[in-house]
Amino acid sequence: MQELINRAKELLESGEVARVLGWKAGDLPYNPEPAYFEKAEDLKDFVYNGFCGANLSKYMIEASKLEGKTMVCLKPCDTYSFNQLIKEHRVDRDKAYIVGVGCKGKLDIEKAKKLGIKGIESVSGAEMSDACDTLTFQTIYGEKSCAYADAMLERCHVCKGKDHMIYDEIIGESRDTKDAERFAEVEMIEAMSPAEKFAFFQEELSKCIRCNACRNVCPACSCRKCVFDSTKFDSAQKANVDSFEEKMFHVIRAFHVAGRCTDCGECSRVCPQGIRLHLFNRKYIKDINELYGEFQAGADAEARGPLTNFTFDDCEPSIVAERG
Amino acid sequence: MSIETNEFRPKIVAFCCNWCSYAGADLAGSSRLAYPADVKIIRVPCSCRVNPMFILRAFEKGADGVILCGCHPGDCHYTTGNYYARRRMTLLFSMLDYIGVENGRTRVEWVSAAEGVKFSQTMNEFVEKIHSLGKNVRLGDLRCKN
Ligand code: SF4
Ligand code: SF4
Ligand code: SF4
Ligand code: FES
Repeated sequence: MQELINRAKELLESGEVARVLGWKAGDLPYNPEPAYFEKAEDLKDFVYNGFCGANLSKYMIEASKLEGKTMVCLKPCDTYSFNQLIKEHRVDRDKAYIVGVGCKGKLDIEKAKKLGIKGIESVSGAEMSDACDTLTFQTIYGEKSCAYADAMLERCHVCKGKDHMIYDEIIGESRDTKDAERFAEVEMIEAMSPAEKFAFFQEELSKCIRCNACRNVCPACSCRKCVFDSTKFDSAQKANVDSFEEKMFHVIRAFHVAGRCTDCGECSRVCPQGIRLHLFNRKYIKDINELYGEFQAGADAEARGPLTNFTFDDCEPSIVAERG
Repeated sequence: MSIETNEFRPKIVAFCCNWCSYAGADLAGSSRLAYPADVKIIRVPCSCRVNPMFILRAFEKGADGVILCGCHPGDCHYTTGNYYARRRMTLLFSMLDYIGVENGRTRVEWVSAAEGVKFSQTMNEFVEKIHSLGKNVRLGDLRCKN
């Protein structure tokens, strides 16, 4: 982390960048938040550790409109989002100085809490320089610990890899964290009967409070006017409670990002209700891969997205019934 | 009103593109080819005009089945609209299947302006299919039900 701060200082002092976009400590030991730093002395608050899950690429939409360059810290998965934003003309590549930061997997404090670790006062073992094997918590009930991997975000278990897709320089080490298949859950659902599928999603989605956090955080959801803010759209407010509206919201939200979703995992990370939004995104991704050829959004900033493209011999929609 | 029967009459929404399928429906009509009155046609400029919301909204408002008809691939009035529609609908139908909506409730069929017979056949078949699936209870807004 010190290396990162030193470099940020250098860039700020030389005037090469006007601001640094990174994370600062939050009010709890495990919730650092995205922050801008405009002066070298402010960097004392800068943090980068295992809790810095937030993908900063979306902030670059606004930062692209500011005077001068912004140094932005992007984790490997965040760089996919940044590429996608370049492709969609949302960010200005020339306004960004991208520091690709290493990543050893990011943490989900809820998982630690589920392991019975509560009343947390401080955490150690989550710094960039740590081995990131074990986490040690000082809690009001005494010292507790758990394996780093047991408290990792779902997305880090299915990580796309630790290579940065776009960067100006790279700081910090990474570590392979992939230990699961990303379509495993989707396949499990696909194998259910229609009635089971319906019951599964009914239960999952009835938890949704329509807070829109999943949309707001999503780098692919950057429309200035969103369909879900329309007063003509029934599910604009939760007051119109009906099971159908949840489904409509989720099917449409995921559809709007189909072919553009990089599977960055932010939506699932921020959902206060723990809804696994990736179950929708990955279904579209899986179908796209199977029907139109492997595609990874954000792997580059040029390739034409699968839904803004076609071939003359694409399959017919009846394939859905045919393949059973 | 006639005596109430409990027989299920499905509500079918058919989105038909203006240039081929709507004309095909017209031809079916003027050729006196029968298709069930349960099919309500909504004319759209091109099959590509139909976004997933249209389909879901139709279900929300009480449709039991939704069918999209457009020009045959290669014949779209706007050259390529139906190719995009084809990908979109494939993904949407697959998603509906994934969340547990019976996949026979949605369909895409390419019908040209000369295919009055195909239009009437398709509609007859589709109505029959929906009839066998029964009422759509998995999608639909309770407030829109009577
Ligand atoms: S973040 Fe979760 S609760 Fe909020 S709208 Fe999205 S799915 Fe619903
Ligand atoms: S839908 Fe979720 S996983 Fe996909 S780009 Fe948006 S936030 Fe990331
Ligand atoms: S949900 Fe759709 S309309 Fe809303 S921001 Fe995302 S892509 Fe845009
Ligand atoms: S005009 Fe008929 S499908 Fe495009």
